[in-house]
Amino acid sequence: MIAEIGSFALILALALSIAQAALSWAARWRRSAVLAGGGEGAALAAFLSVAVAFAALMHAFVTSDFSVANVAANSHSEKPLLYRVAGTWGSHEGSMLLWCLALTGFGAAAAGLGRSLPRGLRAVTVGTQGLLGVVFLAYTVFASNPLTRLAQAPVEGRSLNPLLQDPALAVHPPFLYAGYVGMSVVFSFAVAALVEGRVDAAWARWVRPWTLAAWAFLTVGITLGAFWAYYELGWGGWWFWDPVENASFMPWLIAAALLHSAVVTEKRGALPGWTVFLALAAFTFSMLGAFLVRSGVLTSVHAFAVDPTRGVLLLIILGLTAGLGFTLFAWRAPSLQQGGVFAPVSRESALVLNNILLTAATATVLLGTLFPLIREAATGEAISVGPPYFNLTFTPLMTALMILLPVGPLLAWKRGDARAGVKRLWWAFAVAVAVGWVVFAAVAPRHGLGAAGVAMGVWLIAGALAEIFERIRLFRAPGGESWRRLWGLPRGAWGMTLAHLGLGVFVLGAVFETTWKVEAAEALPVGGSLDVGAYHVVLESIAPAPGPNYEAERGAVTVTKGGQVVCRAKPERRLYSAGGQTTSEVGLCYRGLSHIYLVLGERREAADQPVWLVRAYWNPWATLIFVGPAIMALGGLVSLSDRRLRLGVARRKEEETKA
Amino acid sequence: MKLKTLIAAAFGALSIAAASDPAERLQDPQQEALAREIFRDVRCLVCQNESIDDSEADLARDLRAIVREQVAAGKSKAEVKRFLTDRYGEFVLMTPSFNAWNLALWIGPFVVVLAGMALFLRRLRTPQPEVELSEEEARRLEKIADPEIR
Repeated sequence: MIAEIGSFALILALALSIAQAALSWAARWRRSAVLAGGGEGAALAAFLSVAVAFAALMHAFVTSDFSVANVAANSHSEKPLLYRVAGTWGSHEGSMLLWCLALTGFGAAAAGLGRSLPRGLRAVTVGTQGLLGVVFLAYTVFASNPLTRLAQAPVEGRSLNPLLQDPALAVHPPFLYAGYVGMSVVFSFAVAALVEGRVDAAWARWVRPWTLAAWAFLTVGITLGAFWAYYELGWGGWWFWDPVENASFMPWLIAAALLHSAVVTEKRGALPGWTVFLALAAFTFSMLGAFLVRSGVLTSVHAFAVDPTRGVLLLIILGLTAGLGFTLFAWRAPSLQQGGVFAPVSRESALVLNNILLTAATATVLLGTLFPLIREAATGEAISVGPPYFNLTFTPLMTALMILLPVGPLLAWKRGDARAGVKRLWWAFAVAVAVGWVVFAAVAPRHGLGAAGVAMGVWLIAGALAEIFERIRLFRAPGGESWRRLWGLPRGAWGMTLAHLGLGVFVLGAVFETTWKVEAAEALPVGGSLDVGAYHVVLESIAPAPGPNYEAERGAVTVTKGGQVVCRAKPERRLYSAGGQTTSEVGLCYRGLSHIYLVLGERREAADQPVWLVRAYWNPWATLIFVGPAIMALGGLVSLSDRRLRLGVARRKEEETKA
Repeated sequence: MKLKTLIAAAFGALSIAAASDPAERLQDPQQEALAREIFRDVRCLVCQNESIDDSEADLARDLRAIVREQVAAGKSKAEVKRFLTDRYGEFVLMTPSFNAWNLALWIGPFVVVLAGMALFLRRLRTPQPEVELSEEEARRLEKIADPEIR
């Protein structure tokens, strides 16, 4: 019964989205506040309906209702509660429903929070969001309905992949989707700006909080996925330049570019066309990601719910939506007012360079992801584009960006003073060079590029701090005044500093881990040992450790350094009888920022006794790889809490002045 | 969506930097290091986008054996790679070769940078009308935000 209510709610949501689109667009042409209000009401109702459908599907998963086809295919009654809940979005159908939930949710939020927007802009935004809702809900209802019943319910479900039974992965999709779909509001705003023919400072300011929110969600989602890959896949990697990873990385890069170009449009009225272009591109890349991941056109280690027929439908949706958006852009953009004079050395120029480099970086990822397809279609010969390609193209672009990054915020708008900027940054440069030199001299084995990378990370962190010091006039004003200024800094400033600093932290971790990681592997009998870096790893014992739906061998491993026990870990090797899959539970020892990463491999029969393949990695500073992006996302949230970006404030102020 | 569904289903096993298996290792550490370097650039042909350094698939094991054999026989990196591409085509290497067909791939990113710079320079040179906010706009902006903007 509950599944039927869900089905009904889903179809109702589609009808409401149609109403939302029709009413809002009609409101725009008839200039009717009543119709606009109707459109907004429909937006909210559509969201509530999808929420009901989503709750119904979750109920089916939690109660293991195997008469629902999607539950039967993707769940199992022995699965722990958390993973039954997460199973709701663990399949293609369920994740499309999550996508729709986020889409209508953002639509309702835009309708509800956009009260201070000009009427026309608001109506077109809600109307466009409604059209997106129609397209994706129609796809969900007709091509990928998660709530269809089976005529004959099986007694037991076909279990979900054991690799996915993991807390980080359970919460990874909601964050990722909130990020992907958050870009839809930005897309709708861009369409509205083009229809209205106005891209001004106020528009840029309305776009920014939505971009910030989506970007921060996407940051968290990608980081969770990388962390999961790191400790679950079992070879210590966290980024593989895999097509599925690239699919999530492209919208992130474009959103980062958009955040910066929107600042220029807001503060100086410059680059309006470019900002609108990026706003359209961000959601286009989100949709491209959804298509690439589900269609199976690319081979990926993360291939997910692959279905070519649905892929074609998604491609049509992508082509239609992006095509219409960019056609509108080509038609209307030339009429947008250009403006804002600035000198070659200025904040504007720095932000333009940021955009050029981020766009080129996105183009690189796009080329690397799609080129094998293009090449195969053109010449019939298959090629591979792997990590070495990205190291040779993406990395230099990012290096250029990071060298420039600390300079930008210290330049003034319109006309900056390069010499003054240098004066404020020389100490950051000196610290970076000094640290790089110390690392080069002291860390074995000696590695020039690694040391340069560490210097780069320090340069970013020190540069971010230099900007804060400059704002509070540290050492140039009396201490009391600096202190007062520090507390008076707007949250937006803190947000920017945190985001830039987080990037530096990430660079430190990534460089250290990739350059100085140590690997060791031996086939050990019980009591055997191996050395990894400065650590001595002993396999003390092996015991069976049966789980709810798997059999496992658990090793007890002791790690010592100079005779002192530093940690004990219990890496496991699990065999899931349902699917015949083997997985490994990594044993992680945290040593400050570094990890000792232990993997128990297969059992082998040696001459006189059984041995186990034990792999150990020393991953120096690996924690920073995940802490850095977390700081960046925090920066996004802090920035978002800035009252200048809160749309409600203006309204309240207006009401106060009236009263 | 970092799901390793296919690979795990296909091989019933996870790849755990399979190449470090001591049973396969070469005696000479220098040769072993060279072999490992080559592994990272060789694709496991039947896997979903993994190098033979990572994959536990049988084919990856066989390819590793071939590479190790050749390295032990004193072949250089380039020679080993040529041997592999002659047998399996360019697909087997993770790094696409720099040739006319792949030109767009290799220079594309830098063309984007150059095009961006060219547009940027053109804009810096052409005089722009100075747009200031109209009174009405300034008032509206004031209302939706604090005046304190750096």
